[in-house]
Amino acid sequence: MNAVASTLDISALRDQFPILATEINGHPLTYLDSAATTQKPDAVIDAISDYYRHDNANVHRAAHTLADRATSAFEGARKKVAAFVGSENEKQLVWTRGTTEAINLVAYAWGGRVLQEGDQILVSTLEHHSNIVPWQLVAARCGAEVVPIRITDAGEIDLEELRRLLKGPARMVAVGHVSNALGTVNPVREIAKLAHEAGALVLFDGAQATAHQVVDVRELGCDFYAFSGHKMYGPTGIGALWGREELLAEMPPWQGGGEMIDEVSFDGSTFQQIPYRFEAGTPDIAGAVGLGAAVDFLNGLDRDAIAAHENDILQYAIERGDDFDGLTRYGCASQVSGAFSFVLNGLPSADVGMLLDQQGIALRTGHHCTQPLMSRFEISGTVRASFALYNTREEVDRLFTGLAKVRTMLS
Amino acid sequence: MTDCDNSGGNPFGTAITTTDIRETLDFMEDWEARYRYIIDLGKSLPEMPASDRTDESVVRGCQSQVWLNSHREGDRLWFQADSDAFIVKGLLGVILAAYNGQTSASVLAFDVDDYLDQLDLLRHLSSTRSNGLRAMIDRIRAEAAR
Repeated sequence: MNAVASTLDISALRDQFPILATEINGHPLTYLDSAATTQKPDAVIDAISDYYRHDNANVHRAAHTLADRATSAFEGARKKVAAFVGSENEKQLVWTRGTTEAINLVAYAWGGRVLQEGDQILVSTLEHHSNIVPWQLVAARCGAEVVPIRITDAGEIDLEELRRLLKGPARMVAVGHVSNALGTVNPVREIAKLAHEAGALVLFDGAQATAHQVVDVRELGCDFYAFSGHKMYGPTGIGALWGREELLAEMPPWQGGGEMIDEVSFDGSTFQQIPYRFEAGTPDIAGAVGLGAAVDFLNGLDRDAIAAHENDILQYAIERGDDFDGLTRYGCASQVSGAFSFVLNGLPSADVGMLLDQQGIALRTGHHCTQPLMSRFEISGTVRASFALYNTREEVDRLFTGLAKVRTMLS
Repeated sequence: MTDCDNSGGNPFGTAITTTDIRETLDFMEDWEARYRYIIDLGKSLPEMPASDRTDESVVRGCQSQVWLNSHREGDRLWFQADSDAFIVKGLLGVILAAYNGQTSASVLAFDVDDYLDQLDLLRHLSSTRSNGLRAMIDRIRAEAAR
């Protein structure tokens, strides 16, 4: 039973997610891997199949009724998603395949044009590979340098170190809003302020944030915000980049093809205005519609109550972890969200994951696409349970019952 | 090396054969018993000394790593393998039971997918990059093909 007084009916919410009723290896599914991807409510699944059943056509060609419907649905979703992250101007919302592609877009189109030899891009040791490697690729081409901002043993960005690094030739600070591996909620407003005072731009990787807290890009003060549909109850294959208008307007195209052009001839081609300039080829129309439906779903909930519920589940897991013999937690930041990362002392995390899977418990083990972070703690990986709105205290109890069995089997 | 160990420095392929493994696992339906057995098999695989865990021998996975060394004696191939995960180590034993001490031709002719499928362990191979097993098997076959 939930200790937090709540207007939420979690049971009724869970009923909206059909996959949660599945059995895995003879056990009810205990899905604790939402940081990897979230499960989808009927509303999102139905929106996608309804689109293909009733509205499917190619967009922006408006020659017939279905094309109008598809375009409306697609651009309507853009407007919804832009508003969801606090932007009133949907032209500042570029559709991408996800957070990774959004960051690559900025690295390539902004970085490729602006970065000079000796310039620096600051990223933290917490970062997911998707917020490290794109910068490394552009840095290699431009003679720039990717410099890591070190973190504390608690898994928090060292702001003193950031201040020190900002005295150097930093052009961009790119950090996660919430750490996927440790759950650390970074002090993003402070980071944006510090970056701007030093004349650097700031990009936030919002993949782990948008489902779990209200994001307002104007209030955060960032220049770019990247996020993924599939981590916020939407489909895979769709995400977005929000950017400040004047920055996007100066960025050259990065992928060429249909949709992003104005005129094409063998003497040269001209390109569309933002955001279309960055959207080559037929887009993931159904994906955008699905993400719009996910936004509707989230907007229909009391988001504060959801955040309180998710926080209760995470804190309960941390509490139970404190009481579990032989469990070492990683990532004890002052503010955490979503992820509970740990190792069972002396026991390989991969084995823990496999044996939990036999008990119907789905979570992730390994480096979580954050190899530099794992090196910092001198470990090869952790076991990570990550929570979303549909998780319950009962599921946390199942996790720890499962872990007790695993500990016995492996010791 | 014990008296049971072969030229690979482990009992797999000689003292512990694919028949032994098949017969044991056929009797076990309970997942706990099956995994305990596999973990135990892994304990029969000696720990590879750090000096043998080279950059050439490592097969990196997202969740665990595997090391593989091999050498020929006459027309037979012998393998040493290790992993940082206990279950994967047991699966290495299961796989080496099929390949250790075999000729190149036998190694290449062996249907390892079918073997693991019959043991109801195929899903561990399907995890591709996750645990390094598939890549390791590819290396064993590449070694045999030389």
